[in-house]
Amino acid sequence: MVTAINPEPTPSQMRLLIIEDDRESAEYLAKAFREVGHVAELAGDGEEGLSLAQSGDYDVLVVDRMLPKRDGLSVIGTLREKGDTTPALILSALGQVDDRIKGLRAGGDDYLPKPYSFAELLARVEVLSRRRGGPSEETSYRVGDLELDRLSHQVKRGATEITLQPREFRLLEYLMKHAGQVVTRTMLLENVWDYHFDPQTNVIDVHISRLRSKIDKGQERPLLHTIRGAGYMIRDGLR
Amino acid sequence: MTAFGKLIRTTAFRLTLVYLFLFALFAASLLGYFAWNTRRMITEQITETVNSELSELQQQYSHSGIRGLVYAIENRTLRPGANLYLLTTPQGQAVAGNIGSLQPGVMNHIGWANTVYHRLDENDSKNHFALVRVTQLSGGFRLLIGRDLEERQRLFGIVAKAAQWSVAIVLLLGLCGGIFVARRVLHRIDAMTGTAQRIMGGDLSERLPVGRSGDELDRLAENLNAMLERIEALMAGLQEVSDNIAHDLKTPLTRLRNRAEEALADAGNEAEYRAALERTIEESDGLIRTFNALLMIARAESGQARDNMVDFDAATVARDIQELYEPLAEDNGLALEVQTEPAIIHGNRELISQALANLVENAIKYGKPAEPAPGVKPSVLIEARRDAEGVKLSVIDHGIGIPEADRQRAMERFVRLEASRTLPGSGLGLSLASAVAVLHGGALRLDDAQPGVRATLAMPGRDVEQAGA
Repeated sequence: MVTAINPEPTPSQMRLLIIEDDRESAEYLAKAFREVGHVAELAGDGEEGLSLAQSGDYDVLVVDRMLPKRDGLSVIGTLREKGDTTPALILSALGQVDDRIKGLRAGGDDYLPKPYSFAELLARVEVLSRRRGGPSEETSYRVGDLELDRLSHQVKRGATEITLQPREFRLLEYLMKHAGQVVTRTMLLENVWDYHFDPQTNVIDVHISRLRSKIDKGQERPLLHTIRGAGYMIRDGLR
Repeated sequence: MTAFGKLIRTTAFRLTLVYLFLFALFAASLLGYFAWNTRRMITEQITETVNSELSELQQQYSHSGIRGLVYAIENRTLRPGANLYLLTTPQGQAVAGNIGSLQPGVMNHIGWANTVYHRLDENDSKNHFALVRVTQLSGGFRLLIGRDLEERQRLFGIVAKAAQWSVAIVLLLGLCGGIFVARRVLHRIDAMTGTAQRIMGGDLSERLPVGRSGDELDRLAENLNAMLERIEALMAGLQEVSDNIAHDLKTPLTRLRNRAEEALADAGNEAEYRAALERTIEESDGLIRTFNALLMIARAESGQARDNMVDFDAATVARDIQELYEPLAEDNGLALEVQTEPAIIHGNRELISQALANLVENAIKYGKPAEPAPGVKPSVLIEARRDAEGVKLSVIDHGIGIPEADRQRAMERFVRLEASRTLPGSGLGLSLASAVAVLHGGALRLDDAQPGVRATLAMPGRDVEQAGA
């Protein structure tokens, strides 16, 4: 309804390779990715996955941890050895902290335990593909009239300065770094708080609503949006 | 395998055989040494006798000439047990003595010799052996003095026979002893094997028989029994968990299924379908969380998480968790406070954070006073302390509390006390916290905070010097 004011930037199309031996989940994923406008190809085992990954030009690899013929970690390890830095997200039924560490050590860029929601996977894959686009380590971020200076730790909405607690600052920083992308609660917990467990309560939501009250309260155009069933997004304009 | 076959395969029996062999070898060489020594001594004795007799007879010869010598020899041959004598002329003619025949050529060789001989007064053709000495006398006469070796041979025979017998007896007794010992050991091992097979067959309550001697087999049996004890406890835990899983996962699964069915049957429009699906997703998320918590508990209990242990300050964990939960507590009308002192601990930071987070979530859920004092905001305190006992991470609320009788039960998996049935939660929070404390060599304690609950993760601390080392 309000989209006309700020035309939504079309999400850049990604080429994905899904290496997953369970046919049904693989096809479900491919279909879901295609529905949101991405290109997804499938590989059913580790060997096929490795050869496709080496020959094709993909933005992100989605790799199941346990695969026939060649283990998922070995696929990523081999690619990294050959200097291929295509971001890889590992999907695994093993969700414990040490499994995750093992996966990241093998060269994976992110680790998502099964079962996962597609929204979570999509959000993470988009962040990974964006990361590849170039280092987004700028010294300041800007979304609409919201400005965050990473060096002086200053946050301004228009001309008004906003005072944030250190953690609120990091939360906003992470959201703004991925402006225009969905960021899930677990992503926030992992990247802002460095916890990899799943709290039973809506602890993140409360932090978000505090942050929202500081940056959006009394503003005509809210920037911090809740994306139902997925997470949050900071963006100039409404969806 | 036959019983005998089994017997000779036992270690005890094999060891016995080795000892037996060594012992027999030892006995045989001892007897051999004894025999050799005896023989040497007898030979020495003979030599001495022959030499002294020779000097006597030589004296006789020089005093009274050949006639006196012949007389002396004849005299001596008549004595009982006489030695051997032979006097010959330069032509080799026998003049005196008691020897009938000799091995040819003995008289031609001056000095010591072993020879076969026959006595003059003997008719049998049996060969006798003797050690003899031949001397050249002045005037071309030759004198042979010797002694029969029968005695030496006989003694040697006795010793050899004794050696054979003693070795045979040693072998026989040793073999019997070996079989006896092996059978005893085998009997006990068989009993153990039998028990082990029954245990493998599924009866985990069986225990290995332990004797009273306290020997190595008893010690082994005791240790195996202790191991079985632990396995049985773990199995019982596993059984309980699977029962609980069956109950607590099937209930939400059933609910899930019912809702889906109901939606299929009743829902008419898209909004209703959407609502039903959203509830389905919510329900499955809850299930996944329960599942993850269970896996985490299992991992903490099995001790696998020990790999990722590092030294860190529990006070930082307390402050981080306070910071994470403070807004949530405030939304629930509670003030979440924190009090810390440096408390270094060696452990898994992630697990301890999660355990503390679970305690805080409980405190936020149940920590509101039954009768709030007007104007005062109820508070929950997170405390990190270091004392003589170790590190204590506590969460103290002033809510409804847990009755004394229920405290132990509260830590068990899936137990949700009556008072909390209506609030959401998996019932795994405290059991995870407890498993984490146990993993770190400590325990979870629930005390009365009068009113309310003081939940403490009490774990051994790490000395700063130790940590630096």
